Amino acid sequence: MQNNTFYNEVLTDHNLHPVHKYHLEGANFSLEGVNPSCGDDIVLSLKVEDGKIVDGAYEGDGCAISQASADMMLDLVIGKTKEEAERLADIFLRMIKGTITEEEKEELEEASILSDVSHMPARVKCAVLGWHTMQEMLEEV
Amino acid sequence: MTEKDQLIRKEFPILKNRNVIYLDNAATSQKPPCVIEASNRYYNMHNANPLRGLYELSVDATDAYENARKTVADFIGANRPEEIVFTRNASESLNLIAYSYARTFLKEGDEIICTIAEHHSNMLPWQQAAKATGAKLTYLYCEKDGTLTPEMLEEIISDNTKLVAVTQISNVFGRLNDIKGFAKVAHAHGALLVADGAQSVPHVPVDVQELDCDFLAFSGHKMFAPMGIGALYAKYDLLEKMPPFLYGGEMIEYVTTEGATYAEVPHKFEAGTVNVGGAVGLAEAIRFMQRFGWETIMKREDDLTSYAMEKMKKYPYVHIIGSEDPKEHHGIITFKLDGVHPHDIAAIFDEHGIAVRAGHHCAQPLMKYLGTLSTTRASLAFYNNKEDIDAFVETLVGIRKEMGYAE
Repeated sequence: MQNNTFYNEVLTDHNLHPVHKYHLEGANFSLEGVNPSCGDDIVLSLKVEDGKIVDGAYEGDGCAISQASADMMLDLVIGKTKEEAERLADIFLRMIKGTITEEEKEELEEASILSDVSHMPARVKCAVLGWHTMQEMLEEV
Repeated sequence: MTEKDQLIRKEFPILKNRNVIYLDNAATSQKPPCVIEASNRYYNMHNANPLRGLYELSVDATDAYENARKTVADFIGANRPEEIVFTRNASESLNLIAYSYARTFLKEGDEIICTIAEHHSNMLPWQQAAKATGAKLTYLYCEKDGTLTPEMLEEIISDNTKLVAVTQISNVFGRLNDIKGFAKVAHAHGALLVADGAQSVPHVPVDVQELDCDFLAFSGHKMFAPMGIGALYAKYDLLEKMPPFLYGGEMIEYVTTEGATYAEVPHKFEAGTVNVGGAVGLAEAIRFMQRFGWETIMKREDDLTSYAMEKMKKYPYVHIIGSEDPKEHHGIITFKLDGVHPHDIAAIFDEHGIAVRAGHHCAQPLMKYLGTLSTTRASLAFYNNKEDIDAFVETLVGIRKEMGYAE
């Protein structure tokens, strides 16, 4: 039996007690992201003012990785500019591909606990769902 | 492990080599060395292109292939070897029926019935055939516990119904359907009965004449044979009147620039160079099963299913899909665990060296009907044992804690 489970407390806590999982009133950007093969489904909503993400939330169903990843992402990007959020998304997606530096990884704060997903090909699409959805959304901002 | 457990376990070195508790047998089974050696022996001793070479080696290859066909025919009680068409797998067998039979003989106003509990491979070919011919596809809904009866078919069938497609054992519920009863109802209305045997042929004795089904599709890889070999059984007169499925080599008599006449059944359905190594492996897998015997295989699988379900039922947060009765599961235990997504469940099992399946099990319409996005499935083979189940249940009851729940 292996004790160093991938499902550590940070991940399970974001899954069971998400901070940003609710319906956001007054959002001006909203987009659904779906992984049809596993049924992960989130709707990401952002309130963007003067190029800055002033608030954000998500709703949906899915595995712990998809849900916790979206929650940690929102922790990170709320209060950031569009460009900063895009940069963080780029770092996160490269982390999942296994191509970032330690300094970049630190910028991701809690979201960096998902770096092991780079060794779990079946779970990559769960981890990146929220981030891809945000990237797509920010193109419209 | 009992002595018998050890004896059987020896036949599956991968379980030891990889130290895995393998509970995904409904997806594919592991392969004993005798099967792999049979394929190897064919390639080392008898390989040539069968069915056309005018030299000894090619005759050997042809014999190996046709003997394998006879073994498969006898195994499922076919009337004659020609009633077996070798395919890649059950999916290809079902597509063969849909392309060759349904698209030729069905027309607007006709109806195809398939059950909502079908694997996509016994549903999508009918959706496409219906679109292509203008026939109507109707779904026969099972009860929420997977129950499907011939009486339920009787209620929706009509004289316009030309084909009825039913799985013999559902890959989600594990329930054994009364194919004989379904065939009787279908025939009374002039329809043919297609049975999906992918989950049944590896786990229960199947006799096509007793069932009186018109078609039976199954895969070798779920019954200890190599991947890439499967079979379609069809009544001989149906195969006679069906047009070829694929066109090309080894399925013709005479070819001119305008057309061709086609080879005899079953070769007209086996275009191109065939998978003799696979067919020989499948025949050896059948002999392997026969050496242990149905009594051993079925008793072990039944006992283990009961043992596992009894243990699982003790936990209120574990919900088994389908019948309460282990006898109705045939080694397939699909379940939900409150508050944990199946993909996380499977990932945690994997961390403990246990292989289970998570997801929609290629039955998305069924999952939707059951009101769930996905589930987790443990599926047994006769090489599993009580230690496997103990480890499985021990891990299962620890998952909620691992995912941060208090109990």
